[in-house]
Formats: sequence, C-alpha cells, structure tokens
Amino acid sequence: MSIQSSREVILLAHGSGGRLGHELVEERFLPLLTNPALDKLDDSAILEAEGRLAFTTDSYVVNPLFFPGGDIGKLSVCGTVNDLSMSGARPLYLSLSLIIEEGFPLNELDRILRSIGAACQEAEVNIVTGDTKVVGRGQADRLYITTSGIGVVPPQVDISGANASVGDKVILSGTIGEHGIAITSQREGLQFSVPVQSDCAPLNRLVARMLEASPSIHCLRDPTRGGLASTLNELARQSQVGIAVEEDRIPVREEVTAACELLGFDPLHVANEGKLVAIVGPDDADAILARMKETRYGVDAAIIGEVSNRYPGKVLMKTKLGPSRIVDMLSGELLPRIC
Amino acid sequence: MKFIDEYQNAELARSLARRIASHSTRRISLMEFCGGHTHAVLRHGIRQLMPDTIEMRSGPGCPVCVTATTDIDRAIALAHLPGAITATFGDIIRVPGSHSSLQQTRAEGADIRVAYSATDALAMARANPDRSVIFIAIGFETTAPTIAASIAKAREEEIDNFYVLSLLKLTPPVMRALLDLGEVKLDGIIGPGHVSVVIGARPYEFIPRDYGVACVISGFEPLDILLAIDRLVEQVESHQPRVEIAYSRGVRPEGNTSALRLMNKVFEADTANWRGIGSIPESGLKIRDRYASFDAARAFSVSPEPVREPRGCICGDVLRGVATPPQCKLFGQACTPERPVGPCMVSSEGACAAYYQFAGVESLETGS
Repeated sequence: MSIQSSREVILLAHGSGGRLGHELVEERFLPLLTNPALDKLDDSAILEAEGRLAFTTDSYVVNPLFFPGGDIGKLSVCGTVNDLSMSGARPLYLSLSLIIEEGFPLNELDRILRSIGAACQEAEVNIVTGDTKVVGRGQADRLYITTSGIGVVPPQVDISGANASVGDKVILSGTIGEHGIAITSQREGLQFSVPVQSDCAPLNRLVARMLEASPSIHCLRDPTRGGLASTLNELARQSQVGIAVEEDRIPVREEVTAACELLGFDPLHVANEGKLVAIVGPDDADAILARMKETRYGVDAAIIGEVSNRYPGKVLMKTKLGPSRIVDMLSGELLPRIC
Repeated sequence: MKFIDEYQNAELARSLARRIASHSTRRISLMEFCGGHTHAVLRHGIRQLMPDTIEMRSGPGCPVCVTATTDIDRAIALAHLPGAITATFGDIIRVPGSHSSLQQTRAEGADIRVAYSATDALAMARANPDRSVIFIAIGFETTAPTIAASIAKAREEEIDNFYVLSLLKLTPPVMRALLDLGEVKLDGIIGPGHVSVVIGARPYEFIPRDYGVACVISGFEPLDILLAIDRLVEQVESHQPRVEIAYSRGVRPEGNTSALRLMNKVFEADTANWRGIGSIPESGLKIRDRYASFDAARAFSVSPEPVREPRGCICGDVLRGVATPPQCKLFGQACTPERPVGPCMVSSEGACAAYYQFAGVESLETGS
C-alpha cells in the first residue's frame, strides 16, 4: 500500500460503486482484514458453523473517534465480540459497515482500519462481509460503524439475564469507569486531562477460560453505557431477585475516583468497554474467579456481592460507612456519545 | 486515595456517629444548606447512622433548583436568537421551563452547548467570532469568581461576542430569608463548604447572633459531615450557638480575598428571584455598569411568554426545608430523573434526585 499524503480525503465518488470504491476496498480494506471468506468479494460470505448460533448487531457513533486506549474501530470489533461472548458464544464472524462523511481524511480511515484489523486478530474473529457508504458533508458526523457478529454457543452453556438465583455470587472482572472517563476527558470544551485509558478490550478469551472452570455460569453481561449500576439493575429485574453488593469490594482506580469527584459522576454509572459481570453458583465462584485472575483482562476480578431473595428487582449496596442504600439505574447523563 | 479515602474511613465514621448519639439528648432539627451535602448524606447512608433525636432537612443550596422558571424561560428565549451559541452548565439544560427546556430547544435546532466553566464558553466566543456566545451563569459565590474572571478576560482581549446572563445568587441573604420566614424550626445549619472557601465564615455570624441558630461549615466527605453534625449537637446541647469551621483544610475565616475582589470588580448585589421563595433583596449578582456590554440581559431584548409553573410540584417547599421529596405526590411517579417535573429532580445536587437515587433500604420497607 502506498503512503498517502495526509491531505487525501474521502470523496462522494468513493461510495459510488465505481473505480474509486473498488480501490478503497482493494487497497485499504483487504490488506488489513484479509481472510478467505472476505477475499472472494462475493455478494455474501458463505460460512461454516455447527450448533446453536448467537447473532448480534451494534452501531458505533463514539465522539471523538480517537480516544486514549482505543478508537471507534477497536470499539466496533470489541463491542460486538463482547455481546456474543456475554451469551457464552465463541465469536467467529463479523460484518463491517461504514458510513463516512465526505472529506474524511484517508489517513484517519487507515488508522481506524488498522485498529479493526488488530482487534480482530486479538479476538480471533474475521470480518467476512462489509459495506461502505459515503454521505455529503454535514449529513453524518465524520464516521459511523455498524458491526454484526455470529458466534457458536457450546452445547452445555445456558446463559441469560433471567438465570440468577438466590445464593449466587456476583463477580466483577476488574476496575470500573475507565472508558467513560477516558472519553469525557477528550470532550470538546472540557479543559481537563486524566491519565485514564479506555478499557476497551475483547472479552471472549476471558469468557472461554471462565467456561472451562464451569460451564454453568448463570448470567454474563458487560456493563457498558449506564455502567455497573444499570447492569446490576437489569439482572435483578430480569431474574426477579435482589442483588446486594459491597462498595468496599468494587475495584475503582484512583484516577477514576478523582475524576468522578471532580465531575460529580458516580463510578457505578460510568461506562466500561472491557469489563463483565458474572453471576455464578456459590460452589463455582472461587474456581471461576481464580481462572479469571490468570487472564489479562481479569487480573483485578473480585466477588462484589451476592444474589438474595430480599427486595426482588432491586440492587442494594452496603456503603463504606456501613449502611445500605439502593443503587438505581443511570438516568440521563450528559456524557458525549461514548460507544 | 489521598485526600478522599481518609475522609471516608468507616472506623472513624462509626466512632463519630457513636459520639454524636451519646451526647445528643434534645430533639433537634438540622438543615444541610447545600445540595452537595444532601447528596453525600444520602449516598453514604449518613442518615441511618444518626440517632432518632436528630432530624435532617435539605435546604436551598442547589443552584439549578433555585433558578426560577421565568429565568429558564429567558434563557430559552435567548437560545432562540438567530446565530447565537448558548453555553451553560450541564444540569440546567434539562430543567423544564414554562413551555419547553433548553434540551428540547436544542433538539429543535438551537445551538446549545454544555460548558464546564465560563472559560470554556469564552473559548467558544474566540473560536466563533461571527456568532454571539451567551453563557447562562448559574451558581453561588463558588462559581461567581471564575465567571467574573471570564468577563474581565473578555474585556482585556476585546472580545465583543461574549455575553453572560447572570442568574448568580448569594447564600447569606437566602439563609436570612429562610430564618425570617420561620416555617421550619431549625437548631443548626450545616454551612456550605465550597461557598465558604470563597466568602469565609464571617458572613454567617448573623445566624447565631440574630436567630440563636448554630452554624458549622462542612466539607463534603462523610467524615467532614459527621464532624459538622457532632459540632452542631455540641453547640445546641451547650446552648452556645456560634459559627464554626469544621472544614479548615478549605475555609479561612476571611475567605479568599482575591476571588472576592474579582467578584466585586465585575458584579454588584441586586434583587434576585428564587424558586419557591420569591424575590429577595441583595441576594443576586448583577453585572456592573462598566461591564454592561457583556451583560446578556442588557444586550438582548427578549420577551418570553407568561410563566406557567408546573402543577403539583412542591420543589419550592423542598427548597425551604418545609417538605421532604417523598411527601410530593409527583415524586417517583409523575416526576422521575428521566421525566423531571421540577428542578430538584433534575440536578445531581437536587434533593429529589438524591432521595430518588440514593434511597435507603428503609424506603423499601415503608414504601415511601
């Protein structure tokens, strides 16, 4: 691939199906995302899969496109890989659709594609089909991405937000709030910088290790927008159980605590892109936790609470001072678009 | 973490709570003036640590909450001006005015941006020299100095497209107004921490002197608040009300004199309209004549429609400490953080939002 000048930009013609569009695919997309299914460039990819399939889709409109610890490309792969992983599925294939505003710099597109390629490599998934559309200036805010994903669910796995039962343990895979704070710190007009990187990461290997320890994980969910508080509330409502957690046991990095103090945020409400919450039977908890701690994205994992029959549908947190209070879902926060 | 963990130490908190319980014999009523205090009290479960003798009430110290509907309407009218960029602090954009909110106005096409400080708004003015940037300034003495600084800076740089709508308010006059109303019998006030960093402790001396009410200035961490309550109980029990600083790492008796000087250079005291309380003389900050060209109230003439207050909302009573949020018929039903009817449900410092978000376990048992 030739080195491009930073002045080269996306033109409407890149999306018109003509020569420029073909050049875009062949010179920029294929070298970075190559795999047999994609390389054929047929109208649809023909795929092999056996067993129960998991299928998911998500769109990414994060602003800014580049942030500490990642960019929209990495996010669009990790987000969909993680959605599949939260059903216990092994992610296999992704689709990739881009909507690009006319005038978008090609060097930034290359940077995003490289990051998509690297994330796919880490997560061991392939982009097998894709599409690019270009819209006129002002008709989109720079670049949007949609990815869909297919994965295979192992036979004995049955994970759902409705499966939590009384006595289960609640495991959190690591420190919370980093993605939301990293994005907020980059926000236009916000004169503030923190040494916090987004935690954006593919969690499929972590989940695979957890399922090796015990295939009978009850619930898995990634606390993205709305943070840990919203995820715990969703699980409590879906399973009609109470969830009791302890503030002391929830890991939060100092920099995140400090930024939250400054901005008036509650870390429980701040977004994550590389964390998961698992609800598991009490007899499996220690083994699963031990296996999580051996992995890159689970070293800070901790049991933060348990499922009870008190106050079904509610999440209670024992504060550091001792009393318990209700933890509610996030309601309307003024963060920029974060995923 | 340094300077946060130390003030959240559970052992110390429990021993302070025990001490408060052991020397509190009379039934007393304390008001936490600041929304930030209400928020911290509920978030950390401090109410549950208090003995039955101590009743805690929320006060009017939430700048978003005390902004009158008529002022929200005025901000919305300004945002409709052709070519204007309206900048303001986050929460205010969600507060319902008579007919709309800034958030809704933004969805309808007005250019309304959230700023974290007036300096950010000034930067918007620099970056958009052909447009009028109007900063909707809300807040107490805490935010006033930085807003004054941005106006002084705009003068220095000869920026002619930067305007401020000052809805800034002063805390001692509203405290006096509440005590004069006499609707709630207060024994002590947890004085505002951040405001006092700027104005110091002296402006509160009328509280014990004229009203016999104790006043202890507090920080916002759990131990700060517990210490303040401990000092208030001690003052009330010994019948020696006075102004005390329990936040000495932030507050000096004389305040921050350079911040005050800057504030006085740009602003002067003027009558202000408080939601739920009404018009209070000398309780707001108006831009001085010599900076009149930066005053959005004078630069633009807008005529909002007649004010319509939200029906059934008791934010005014909550702000005066007369009612608690769960006593409102709308609370948690027609009025939630997603669909707020009144401002106290909007702001993170609002009492209703804090009660809604951080309700204690007891609320599940009583169903309130």
